Parts: sequence; C-alpha cells; structure tokens
Amino acid sequence: MSDQDVVKIPLGPQHPALKEPGNFTLSLKGELITEMGIRLGYNHRGIEKACEQRSYLNDLYLLERICGICSHSHSTAYVQAVEEIAGIQVPPRGLYLRTLIAELERVHSHLLWLGVAGHEIGFDTLLMYSWRDREVVMDLLAALTGNRVNYGYNTIGGVRRDVTDEQKADVLKATDILEERTKYYAHLAGQELTLTKRLKDVGRLSKEDVLRLGVTGPTARASGVKRDIRKDDPYAIYSELDFDVVSNEHCDVFGRTLVRVGELLQTYKMIRQMIAQLPDGPIAAKAPRKIPKGQAISRYEAPRGEDFHFVRGNGTDKPERVKVRAPTLVNMQAVAQMMKGGQLADMPITLAAIDPCFSCTDRMIELQDELGNSGQVYSWSQVREIGIRHYRERGIDFSDLSKRLANWRERI
Amino acid sequence: MAIINILVFPGFLFLVGFALVGEWLDRKLYALMQNRVGPPWFQPLADIIKLSAKEDTIPAQADRTVFKMMPLVALAATVVTILYIPLWNTRALNSFSGDLVVVMYLLTIPTLTFFLGGWFSRSLYSMVGAARALTQLFAYEIPLLLSLLAPAMLANSWSISEIAAFYSQRLYLVPVNIIGFMCAMIALLGKLERVPFDIPEAETEIVAGTFTEYGGRLLALFRLCVDVEMIVGASLIAAIFLPFGLGLPAWLVFVLYLLKVEAIIFLISFLRTIMARLRIDQMVNFCWTILAPLAFLQLVINLILKGVVQ
Repeated sequence: MSDQDVVKIPLGPQHPALKEPGNFTLSLKGELITEMGIRLGYNHRGIEKACEQRSYLNDLYLLERICGICSHSHSTAYVQAVEEIAGIQVPPRGLYLRTLIAELERVHSHLLWLGVAGHEIGFDTLLMYSWRDREVVMDLLAALTGNRVNYGYNTIGGVRRDVTDEQKADVLKATDILEERTKYYAHLAGQELTLTKRLKDVGRLSKEDVLRLGVTGPTARASGVKRDIRKDDPYAIYSELDFDVVSNEHCDVFGRTLVRVGELLQTYKMIRQMIAQLPDGPIAAKAPRKIPKGQAISRYEAPRGEDFHFVRGNGTDKPERVKVRAPTLVNMQAVAQMMKGGQLADMPITLAAIDPCFSCTDRMIELQDELGNSGQVYSWSQVREIGIRHYRERGIDFSDLSKRLANWRERI
Repeated sequence: MAIINILVFPGFLFLVGFALVGEWLDRKLYALMQNRVGPPWFQPLADIIKLSAKEDTIPAQADRTVFKMMPLVALAATVVTILYIPLWNTRALNSFSGDLVVVMYLLTIPTLTFFLGGWFSRSLYSMVGAARALTQLFAYEIPLLLSLLAPAMLANSWSISEIAAFYSQRLYLVPVNIIGFMCAMIALLGKLERVPFDIPEAETEIVAGTFTEYGGRLLALFRLCVDVEMIVGASLIAAIFLPFGLGLPAWLVFVLYLLKVEAIIFLISFLRTIMARLRIDQMVNFCWTILAPLAFLQLVINLILKGVVQ
C-alpha cells in the first residue's frame, strides 16, 4: 500500500465513545492504525491559579471539583498535604471514615469503568447491569456524606459527618450485595466468549514500557508492576488494614479488567475491616485558619492511579502554590504506545482501559503560533490589544461604545 | 385484487405495520433483558413520524442522486421480497420455481445500498462503515445461502412455497435441518447488522457508519427498510425451517405465523443481549472457519439423506 491509502480519521473532541473532550487523529491503513495523534486541553479551568486566590478551606471544595468521579481522591490528597504543613493530628475515627469513603468511591469508580468498557465493545448489557449495581454504592455515599459525587466530606483536620450504627449496618448490607454481583462479573469476564475475544491481546503494554513511561494504577498492575501507594507509602489507615495488591501479567485490556474486578473484591474486604475496627472518639481536630510556612507533597492511590498534590504555604490563610498531577496525565502517554498496530475497532476500548479523565488532567495551556513556536509570553495589556484587533478585523468595534460609556460616567 | 395484495395485505401496509411492531418487540425485549423499562408500543412509529418531519440535509460533497435513491431502492427491494415468501399457507402470493434465488438476491440489495449510500456520502465515518458492510456481506452471505440450500436440496425444489409444502407433509424431516437453522439465524444477525455483527455501525468507533450523514425522511426510509428486512428474514426462516401447523384453519395458521416470527425476533434480541460486538476480522474468521463449514456439513447430511430416502 502506498501513503495515499492512509486515511486520517478524526475522533473527537466530541464523540460518542467518551464523555469528555479529547481529539484523536488516527491514521488508518484499512482497519489498522499506523499512527495516533492525541490532542487534549479542551477543558482547562485554571484551578491551580484559582487556588492561590482562595483560602485553604475554600480550595478544598474547589479541588474536589477537579474530577466528577474521584472527587474524594483529590480532596484527600490536598487535605493530607495541608495537615502535614500545619502539623495537625487527625483523630483515628476521622481517618477511618475518610478511608471508608475513599474505598466506597473506588467501588463506584470501578463499577462505572466496567460499564463504560462494556459499552465500548458493544456489550450494552454489561453497561446496564454494572450501572444498576453502582446505584447501590451511590445511594450509600449519598446517605453517608449527603451527596452522590462531590461529597464535601473532608475538612482540614478530619471529616465533617459521623456515621451512626444504622449506617454501619447499611454499609455492610450493601457490601454483601455488591460482592455477590462483583463475583458474578469476575465469573463472566472469564467465561463470556465474545467478551474475552474483544479484550485479550488488545492494547498491549509491556512491563518495560510501563516502567519507562511511569504508568500508574491498574494499568501498571495489569502489566506485572506491583505498585500501589496504599501498600508502598501507606497514608491514612492503610497500614492497619489487611489487603493484597492485585496484579497480573496479562499486559492487555483483559488484564486491566481483571485487576479492577479483583480490586473491587479487596475493597469489600477492607470496608468490612474498617466497619469492624472503627474506633470511638472525635471525627475532626480543630484546624487553624492560617497555615504556617512550609511545603508538603501528598500521594494518594486514586481509582485510576497515583494522584499527586503539592502544596506550599506562606504563613497566610491562602496557599502560595498548589500543584496537582492527576493519574491520567502519565497514563495518557502510554495510549499511543498501546495503539500502535492496533485495529480501529479496538481504539475505544484501548483508550477506555486506562480509565481516562481528561478534565482532571488539564493543568496548563501552551499557546502556539501557526508555525508551532511556543514560549512567547504576553503581558496583560498585549493580550488586550490582540483581542481588540481581533474583533476589529471582524467588524466588531467597541471603542465608540466605550467612549460613550466614559462620557456617560463623567456626566453622572 | 392484485393491487390490494401488493399495497395493503400482505404487501406494503401490513408489512410496515408488522415491521414497526417487530422493532418495538425487539427493543422492548432487549430492554427487559437488560433490566430497563423500554419504549412504549408506538415508539417506532413516533420515531418514523418525527424523522419524516425533519429537513433532509445532504452533504455538499455527496452524490445527491445516489444519496437520495438508496433508501428507496433498499425499501423497495425488501418489500418486494415478501411476495415470494409463503406466510401462513404453503402458497406465496407469487411463486415460481427458483424464487429462493430471487429472494436471496433481493435480500442482498439492502446491504449493497448501505454500501453505496455510505460511500457516496463522502464522510470518513460513512466510508469506513460502507467498506465494513461490504466486507461483512462476503462473510455471511455464503453460509446463509448454503444453509438455505440444504433444505432445498432435500425437498428437491428451488421454490420456497414447494419447500414449505414438502416439509409440512413430512414433519419428521424438519429436525434434520437443525444445524442449517442455527447457521441461518446467525447469518441473519449479520444481514440485519445486529450485535455481535453490528460492526458496520459500531457507534463508539465510527458514529453510525453508513447512516452517519443520513437524516430526516431518508434515514426514516433506511430504518424502515431494516425493520422490514428483519420481518422478511424471519418469515423466510420460519417458512423453510419451521413449517408447523400449516394445515390448520386459516386464522390459526395466521396467529401461528405471527408467533413464529416473534419467536425468531426474541432469539435475535436474546443473542444481542448476551454478546459483545466482534471485530471485523474476528467476524470474517468466524463466518469462514465455523459457520460456512457447519452449513456445508448440513448440505452433506441432506445429500446423504436424499440418497437414503430415494
């Protein structure tokens, strides 16, 4: 085949495979992918900059809104860094409850992923089933925290709500239901022929590539890299819990599915332990409004991989710098590698298998001119002039209007 | 009388009505098996009415004539097919020796129109969908033809009406064709582009494949064509593989015919509930290495049996 046979197909920014904006340009030879270009950055929200202008407590709620699925992950990662700078000791009950919500969030995230994965390979029944079961844990989260996704559960120094004995019983009951359903899915993943046919040997990523590209989370564990922050660098109460890091050597989408389903079963084990061991006492320590000078990093095992937060305080009630690195940023690099030589039909599931979250990842925008040069810094007044010129060229002129506005102001 | 037969019963009007009911049944069963509520009974009709009220938009680069013609050709071909299939007796409205081949030919036309319509839409998604539709055609068409050929061999006729008459008189020979029945059912899934063979319109990869650029009345016609194709395909399978109770009173046979078609629709929705979409290479592999040999096995069995019977 000559180069003329290569067809370039743009997927996105809006497309039905993913609910988030991301542009993928696939070069196709027939059904085979020869090259893939990824373009993200449609969802930059300037959250890091906004954090510098708000108090530590306000930032907590802002950072929780980075992600609609792992919201508790971001708020916990941030709050841990702040507590480290301020030297606050969180009471054990607070830590237990924080971890309980974290694990429930993992359940809802992995069940959501399972449904999405089913949809990407045209297996809508799996989507309907796993999302129906996900409602159990969503209702539970709503009952415990007051909300389905952005829980607002953390506060600096602990958590904001206590659990009652009835709620504890509810958690155990829901865990039983979910465990039974998850075992069924684990059985299904190994049995259903079309499912295994579509998942096995798709999106291969070798162990070497995982280490080279710094891939994290279930994607790394499915390639035999046993990395889990909960085990390697335990935070909260994970050192007191008994659980295994699930991993396998499949190196493909099938392996990633098995890791996530296996992690669900471990999570149910942890939830039962937490409910059984839940200590009495206060749920939060009092936190000062002004956080002392200092800096801290915090690592957190989000459902998608390592969530990294860096906070630097300067002695006021506002942080000087907050840096967030969501797991998708590192995992995204691996997708182009997985896609090489793959089939067009496998593209959605390969991409979905890292459980991407583009909106969480967008941290900065780099401006490029037509030639692809970047690095030019504009001052605020330059940006204003460019804007005025841009609109004037298109026949929109506000100068007359602003003169009249100024005259009117003077008269008043 | 002929004009009523063609336009009203069992022709166009009856067929379209039955097709809409069939689509509703398929969607409702699919929903119930997935733990959903599903659409109300008038939803397919409401969809058609809604689509008909919309403006037709044709891409600037598309070939206007082909783009507009294809839905009509597709619908016409599938509707005509019903005239050659015996529905509730052993006599079709119009039958001659060799109509099985004509029916197979007419049922291939919709897939070809999907290809042409998609190709001349000039959209990338449509073109990939069109290429996949044609690739898929080459994979399922042979097993389908072989599995319909086997009962015809045993009945010693190329006419569907005569085949139905032959088997309704010798019901003990019906179970012989069980492998052919299964092959025909699976090949029909390919023809109707249903899961696991909905590859030409895989929505997570290529939006809607062939139909990406279609909208309004033209899309309504295409959708109607797919619905009618399902009824026609189910009727064909019912006539050849399920020739039970054709000697009963007319109204009872009619009810029985509806039940047979509905049972086949149930099988189709059941199969698409429990399976994931295959890749095009897996689909072609499956059809050539498993389905075609099985259909061929049926042919060999029937040939041997024919020698034994005679």
